[in-house]
Amino acid sequence: MSNDFRIDGGMVDRNQPLTFKFNNKTLHGFHGDTLASALLANGERLVGRSFKYHRPRGIFSAGSEEPNALVQLRSGAYQEPNTRATTAELFDGLTATSQNHRGPLGFDVMSVTDLLSPFIGAGFYYKTFMWPAAFWEKIYEPVIRASAGLGALSMQEDPDKYDKGFLHCDLLITGAGPSGLAAALAAGRAGARVILADEDFELGGRLNAESHEIAGMSGRDWVTQTRIELSSMDNVRILPRTTVWGAFDHGIYGALERKTDHLPHAGDKPRQVLWRIYTKRAMICGGATERSIAFANNDRPGIMLAGSIRAYANRWAVATGKQVAIFTNNDSGWQTAAELAALGVNITAIIDPRDIPAPMHISGASIAMGTSVCNTAGRKQLHRITLTNGQTLNADCLGVSGGWSPNVHLTCHQRGRPVWNDNIAGFVPGGDLPVGQTIAGASNGDMTLSAALKSGHKSANAAIKSLGFTPSRAQAPRAADEPFAIKQFWHVTGHKARAWVDLQNDVTTKDIKQSQAEGFRAVEHLKRYTTLGMATDQGKTSNILGLAVMAEATGKTIPETGTTIFRPPYSPVAIGAFGGRERGQHFHPTRLTPSHKWATEQGAEFVEVGNWLRAQWFHRAGDKSWRDSVDREVIKTRKSVGVCDVSTLGKIDIKGADAAAFLNKIYSNPFAKVPVGRVRYGLMLREDGICYDDGTTARMSENHFVMTTTTANAVLVYRNMEFARQCLFPDMDVHLISTTDQWAQFAVAGPKSRDVIAKLADDIDVSNDGFPFMACADVTVCGGTPARLFRISFSGEIAYELAVPARFGDALIREIMAAGAEHDITPYGVEALNVMRIEKGHVTGAELDGRITAFNINMDGMVNKKKDSIGSTLSQRELMIADDQVRLVGIKIVDKSDTLTAGAHLIAPDTAPTTQNDLGWISSVCYSPHFDQHIGLGFLKAGNAKHGDIIRAWDGVRGTDVDVEITSPHMYDPEGGLQRG
Amino acid sequence: MIINHPLLGPRDANEFIHLGDASLINRPDGMADDAAEKFHDYLYLRDNPAGEYRELWYHDAGDRSWLVVTRNTLTHEISSVEMARDVARKQGRSK
Repeated sequence: MSNDFRIDGGMVDRNQPLTFKFNNKTLHGFHGDTLASALLANGERLVGRSFKYHRPRGIFSAGSEEPNALVQLRSGAYQEPNTRATTAELFDGLTATSQNHRGPLGFDVMSVTDLLSPFIGAGFYYKTFMWPAAFWEKIYEPVIRASAGLGALSMQEDPDKYDKGFLHCDLLITGAGPSGLAAALAAGRAGARVILADEDFELGGRLNAESHEIAGMSGRDWVTQTRIELSSMDNVRILPRTTVWGAFDHGIYGALERKTDHLPHAGDKPRQVLWRIYTKRAMICGGATERSIAFANNDRPGIMLAGSIRAYANRWAVATGKQVAIFTNNDSGWQTAAELAALGVNITAIIDPRDIPAPMHISGASIAMGTSVCNTAGRKQLHRITLTNGQTLNADCLGVSGGWSPNVHLTCHQRGRPVWNDNIAGFVPGGDLPVGQTIAGASNGDMTLSAALKSGHKSANAAIKSLGFTPSRAQAPRAADEPFAIKQFWHVTGHKARAWVDLQNDVTTKDIKQSQAEGFRAVEHLKRYTTLGMATDQGKTSNILGLAVMAEATGKTIPETGTTIFRPPYSPVAIGAFGGRERGQHFHPTRLTPSHKWATEQGAEFVEVGNWLRAQWFHRAGDKSWRDSVDREVIKTRKSVGVCDVSTLGKIDIKGADAAAFLNKIYSNPFAKVPVGRVRYGLMLREDGICYDDGTTARMSENHFVMTTTTANAVLVYRNMEFARQCLFPDMDVHLISTTDQWAQFAVAGPKSRDVIAKLADDIDVSNDGFPFMACADVTVCGGTPARLFRISFSGEIAYELAVPARFGDALIREIMAAGAEHDITPYGVEALNVMRIEKGHVTGAELDGRITAFNINMDGMVNKKKDSIGSTLSQRELMIADDQVRLVGIKIVDKSDTLTAGAHLIAPDTAPTTQNDLGWISSVCYSPHFDQHIGLGFLKAGNAKHGDIIRAWDGVRGTDVDVEITSPHMYDPEGGLQRG
Repeated sequence: MIINHPLLGPRDANEFIHLGDASLINRPDGMADDAAEKFHDYLYLRDNPAGEYRELWYHDAGDRSWLVVTRNTLTHEISSVEMARDVARKQGRSK
């Protein structure tokens, strides 16, 4: 069987035959086909199984609204589930498989669920999987997960590329149907910058599906002529295969362009591009979507939307059946019958519930007015329909038309509410459109061709006129208005079998009535209780029908019932497109320190610290584990000298006549009188009195300070300082600039550090008198390289930090290593840095966790009460400085063979580990080679008075409970003599 | 959203960081007798209007200006954008 259903005409290119596979069956189509049209041409009716009941399903529509024909496209890592066959362009070698069935598509073992349907109606999950609670994780969840979803992911990394881009225009036109094309012509001729986007690969919209005439030529010829004219305009950009999926604030629209989805291979091109379109004006020319009528067994393969049948015949030259019946409540269904009959397709019957004379005569067709279809038969393919007049007819295809719903989605993305229009039996946009947006054509309720062309032309002219363009004198293209009369008729009652409303989520009229009976009557409740409209198609063919059924059940009108809120996206957008190129390694930038290359050569292990990669430790021959490396680095630094790259610390240059006064506001401790050539440790509070950062600031000259911040807070501190400078103290003469990336900075620490610095620095007295603890100076090193030297210590040893412009960083670390060779200088990483600061009792982010005050870290003396600095007032609140608040303490383990864990709770001996008995926690731990045991820092209630006490560190997560001794946090060299030496 | 920066023209909101109520400019005097009470109100009491709202935005990926943006919280319409420094000066702040 091959192309048995192909008829004459259409827009497929018969000179370009294509071969494709569906469920491993080789089939044939033509260039211009969609997967759906090619499947129909080959007589493939059964294309998938429904979500819940695993009912056999066929192709239902001819566009992006498709609820049934979801397939897995391509294979291997390229496999993409839930692809609509109706929008997938056919290419040579395409492979697709059906989804949501176990066993072959024709014999799905899961179809047993259909027999269970009386038990699994709306709310089944909510009612069933409630108890016992022990079943949730072990039984219910695996069962639900196994049966949920439609297609399957490849479980491999997506090999495709995605891009993001930005576009700007005067007028964005969404939809290239008659109204969109008329709008583009008007705006383009007037010289406005126009973007015309359409989700289809052909421009023309419904014109490709109809046999209309415009300006004396066929609709299709008019589209071609219009496309040629628009393409010749430099100010018009045409984006086919592009879905405008969201309307955002201030005229910004999200669009997805499918660049290579229609090609066998993307090559090195991106698969899709996510556009952010900045518009001055936007026009929605989104057309309308046909909807179904609910009647018993209306979901069988072969039952389709009548307008789609017309589209397959006119555009793709496919007859969707050999015996086609039409069931319509409006004139559009008759159009399908007439056009199919003209193309030689056998129309068996037209069933119309309206009590009016038949609008036209169709030869060979029996016509039943005032009649409905009340049941159907045929398991994998429609065979027969039964009418309410008792008549039974053979049909392999039934076209249904319940009317057309304007596509108002993009007009509602800013919470606009559409209003009901009785004439067209559909919702049209209310008055509350997003700023700068207008709407034309069928999406505005102009359901006929001439009206659509006129409204597109007129709206575009109004939009560009408001931007100052002069509209051209050209008139709107001329065409006739086709009949579109409709009677509101939603579902055929009186039959017990299920009548489907939402095909994709298997919601029937019975579910909606049950929802009503159980009190879920508001549309938003109805949606969530029954899942109506919650599938990937978002109920495009079913929502209006669903709320009409609800309105009937509650005795309200449709406008009283209202619609659910429309949210982006209009149709599904792959997560990959949102990710763009920012994935894997490129998810965030990687910042490398100036010594990174050298550290790599030195065998460093690196750790991510924010975006930075910092050396964690340096592996040396003989190191059996990371602990060996860290212990060695600590011991050698404390015994001789070590060096560590500290360039990642935030650095802020502060200049101006009021720089000192400004710092006095920023830091809680005084800075006004720091002498030139001196460094001071400073504490920064939030305005609520909580500590958020600390660091050192050096006064290089009278009006020039250099601040360091912690690595993690560099950006935040800078932002807060700019806030203080611009918003709080706008007249202070002070300027800030972040110089974090401009300087390479190395800590050289240990008893021999002075020798190393003396060798490197040109002409400077580094003796303890000449350059004492907390001194700083602008110096030169290595014979003239500009540098900054600070005598500050995080390790507790004699220590210096030496900074040079970043470009000299690599050279400097090599010079430092050479200068320190005679003392066997050791490079150390952030682990050793951490061990030494814990031994010394310095706080870091583990302590300053956003809950800790100066009082808690025993630095209450650093909050100067004689000046008004940020946070000083509220840091003095009564309870924040009460005696029983937690205090920073050192923690040593009693039995040296035990280990400590950060996060353990501190509790008194012989008390139960309860919240009431909780005395504090451990914030940092390490193994200290100096003390040959685990030590830590932590917070203990009234901890200052508890030094020497033995209490317990209880860790319920890791299951440990050990005795610890509380000490001063300054465990190593508590008097600080070493660092001053 | 697009913020019309007084110096740089229209810029995408992605370039900015939002802080909150522009009343944060009105920092009380920490040395006043009733400072604790004033700071409590300054820090913890905010209006949450449905409509026009003056708020602080920081041009983080731009020129690092702090701006006072008047935005309608119901529609996101932005009716004015001022340099926060100018606003602060107008409100009497100096050093």
